[in-house]
Amino acid sequence: MQDYEYMLRAYEQAGGETSIFKDSRIAHLVVHKNKVIGKHLVPGLFLEPEETPSGVDIRLRVEEGRKIEHPVHLCFGILPKEGVQIINIKARIEDGAQIRLLAHCVFPNAIKVVHQMEAEIELGDNALYEYNEVHFHGDEGGIEVVPRAKVKVGKNSSFQTNFSLLKGRVGVFDLDYEVRVDENSSLAMMTKIYGYGDDRIKIREAGWLEGKSSRGLIKSRIAVKDKAISEIVNELTASAPEARGHVDCLEVIQGMAQAKAVPIVNVNHELAQVTHEAAIGRVDKKQIQTLMARGLKEEEAIDLIISGMLK
Amino acid sequence: MEILRVEKVSLRLGDREILKELSFSVEAGTIHSLLGPNAAGKSSIAYCLLGCCDYLPQSGRIFFDGQDITTLPVYERARRGITLAWQEPARFEGLTVKDYIAVGMKNKDVTEIERVLYQVLLEPKNYLNRVIDKTLSGGERKRIELAAVMAMKPRLAILDEPDSGIDILALDSIVGIIKGLKEEGTTVLLITHREEVAEIADRTSLICSGFVVKEGSPQEVGRYFKEKCIPCPSRIYPSPENNI
Repeated sequence: MQDYEYMLRAYEQAGGETSIFKDSRIAHLVVHKNKVIGKHLVPGLFLEPEETPSGVDIRLRVEEGRKIEHPVHLCFGILPKEGVQIINIKARIEDGAQIRLLAHCVFPNAIKVVHQMEAEIELGDNALYEYNEVHFHGDEGGIEVVPRAKVKVGKNSSFQTNFSLLKGRVGVFDLDYEVRVDENSSLAMMTKIYGYGDDRIKIREAGWLEGKSSRGLIKSRIAVKDKAISEIVNELTASAPEARGHVDCLEVIQGMAQAKAVPIVNVNHELAQVTHEAAIGRVDKKQIQTLMARGLKEEEAIDLIISGMLK
Repeated sequence: MEILRVEKVSLRLGDREILKELSFSVEAGTIHSLLGPNAAGKSSIAYCLLGCCDYLPQSGRIFFDGQDITTLPVYERARRGITLAWQEPARFEGLTVKDYIAVGMKNKDVTEIERVLYQVLLEPKNYLNRVIDKTLSGGERKRIELAAVMAMKPRLAILDEPDSGIDILALDSIVGIIKGLKEEGTTVLLITHREEVAEIADRTSLICSGFVVKEGSPQEVGRYFKEKCIPCPSRIYPSPENNI
């Protein structure tokens, strides 16, 4: 019970609204280390967590035609300074079903923590899956976050992810998502991370636009300072007529930080098109001076510009 | 009473001499226009007065309210009441119009932000939550820039070509905004290359090749500009020894 209260407190610190855990209309799942400490379902949603020695295996299914009205709240975390949490998710969103997930991952005291997530996600036709993940880490940077996902999107469907890690140290972050998209469907993946100290950020997001008129957008916004290092690989392949994609990576560096962006664009059909833009550099001098002309100090101006970029 | 005095300011960028012992002064509560052709050094004067890091003069002094501000950083000058509306305002990903305008305001009152947006003929409900990025046109960003300056209630507003990129129909509204700034007690240093815009000022300085060629009433200087500068076929800029 005490763990549950502490988790909710950490969830709140991460920006979550704890009142949702008392709302019967809203489904939720709370996992501390390898223990399921809170769970509530709504009709049409099947969520079966199974505790394992190092984490939890989760089967998630939204039954055909069912639109889950309110976002489903997930809270994963480890409260002690040390620990391992491996979450394996198998998700199936059936034809015509819709779900929005809001995951808060909280590791406020991490000194030697590993959080690993392996997801296999399958969307049927005319389905929607939206996944928003917010991380809250402590100031020590002693955490390793390794999310992996393989996603298959059916026809006329939409897959969206928004990942943000803006509070506390990143530690080591190594994300790898692969998404295959069928006819008339879309994928949109957005990542926002602020790294500092000696944080290490590695991201690979890859999409395959395999169906006619499929759409893809991969967008990254990364800010690194001190001795943090980031490497972003955004990969989009279009191999069907009228498939359209765009890759957009913006990284801002300060101090001794290092950033690398690798946009990979493949087009295998003459009627497909993928565009990309990537920029790495310090914060634009004109933006800084514009805000200084309104009375902000240079550091205040930089903070405002970066927080806008990561908003 | 004099609010700004520029004394023999020289500025060199690389091997180019941009400003050459430039001197002029501005009376408090007036509109003072700096008129001149392209590449005369007008924007460089604006950046110099604001204190932009690449535009610190090699010699000369700048006085604001009798205080030497030549070496003060931009934010210190802003806190004393000097600001600039940029000729090409910056874009800010993720920053809304409301947040941007509020930056320079002491009291971040939304009704005041709405008021200044109305003043620049932008409907607040359509703009408050818009992001200042590439989805806004150049003209919209210029109006937002002017609104941000108005909201700051500066003592000296340097307006760098507020009329550029604005269609002729909108010019009247820009002129109205500039006059409105003066009515609210702000001294305006208006930089322009159009003599019809410079004419709204109380006094005009004609700038060419980095120094003041002529000073006087806007009408007098405007006539001089029209007769001597516009037809100038050689584009040979004058020097202090060889005036036009």
